[in-house]
Amino acid sequence: MSEFDEFIRDQVPRLRRYARALLGERSRADDLVQDTLERAWTRFHLWQRGSNLRAWLFTVMHNVFVNQHRKNSREAAVALDDAPEIAVNDGAAQSMDVRDLTKALTQLPAEFREVLLLVSVEQMSYEEVAEVLNVPLGTVMSRLSRGRARLRALLSGESTPPLRRVK
Amino acid sequence: MSSNIPEITDADLHAYVDQRLDPARRAEVEAYLEANPDAAARVRDYRAQNDLLRAAFDNVLEEPVPDRLSHVRPRWSTMHFAAIAATLVIGVSVGWFAHVASPNRVEVVMSSLPQQAAIAHVVYTPEVLHPVEVDATQEQHLVKWLSKRLGKDVHAPSLVEAGFQLEGGRLLPGDDGPAAQFMYRNNTGERLTLYLRTAQADSGESAFRFAQEDKVSVFYWVDRDLAYALSGEIDRSRLLNVAEAVYHELNP
Repeated sequence: MSEFDEFIRDQVPRLRRYARALLGERSRADDLVQDTLERAWTRFHLWQRGSNLRAWLFTVMHNVFVNQHRKNSREAAVALDDAPEIAVNDGAAQSMDVRDLTKALTQLPAEFREVLLLVSVEQMSYEEVAEVLNVPLGTVMSRLSRGRARLRALLSGESTPPLRRVK
Repeated sequence: MSSNIPEITDADLHAYVDQRLDPARRAEVEAYLEANPDAAARVRDYRAQNDLLRAAFDNVLEEPVPDRLSHVRPRWSTMHFAAIAATLVIGVSVGWFAHVASPNRVEVVMSSLPQQAAIAHVVYTPEVLHPVEVDATQEQHLVKWLSKRLGKDVHAPSLVEAGFQLEGGRLLPGDDGPAAQFMYRNNTGERLTLYLRTAQADSGESAFRFAQEDKVSVFYWVDRDLAYALSGEIDRSRLLNVAEAVYHELNP
């Protein structure tokens, strides 16, 4: 009876984790989760029974994220520039590695970040990621490849001219 | 590389990092990495990225979920919701309008209307504390606000003669933009909702149509540039009477 409810409830922590990794800051990330849940249940009739509900939920989140990101990309870029220390753990002590990593993440283009996080953090298969983002598998692989290469360069402190922000 | 082994591609290396290769291919990639220290270093770094990313964000899973996120889902049971969402029964239309707009245009406007209205109805009518965003004591403000957001002149029809008092209203997300809901209540506590969203300017008028969405009965129609749906868990003929009252109030 409450299978769907329970499923959604089970997925909330994962949606929050992904949103946090995507956006960095807790309240913005939870706003994204809330928008996603609201949209999910008004769109529930569009979900094909028997298909992958988890992938569908992440698809809904992706669509909400893309819409908001497109709308706010200008302000968001400014906000990120102005906020060099993104409190991913909200004040909890974190290692230098993690801080470097989260800072580097925010410097990746959103479409690379999404693929990287869905693969590494959510541990989705490449096919699932393609389904969630509604792009061909080849696009997933090329974004993954470029995202990992850029993150590696950022973490090793190499200069990466295309990513440098102009204030 | 020996010629009978398929070339190791970039995609293979990623699949190796993510442990998605079958054992045979994995062995081939491992042999390749032994011979290619640059690729091996890259693979090591990518695995470290995976570990770091998980370490950085896995703690979110342990955090208590904030209240605002655990109460987003609808209050009724899954089955009830699924039944509403899955059922779209268009009943007999009761038409008395002289001219009916071209069917295609109206069909598009109306296709998801009763369902959206019924969902909004079952979500908000059980509310005790917050049935509406703006209550009827601020009716003028409510109507002005909703008109502004919908970009059309909307009115909250008076249904006093039918025994229903306006409680207030709220703004809702519709399929293509904002929608509005007015809520009414009679002295026995029954609630009706009038759901409005914009239609194309030349949608004309449609006949009244009836849909049953689980326990919720819906009469819906298009009148000029707005689409209306009146929902209630009351007898169909009583609901029709109220729907007629709504129409006459809006077209005096």
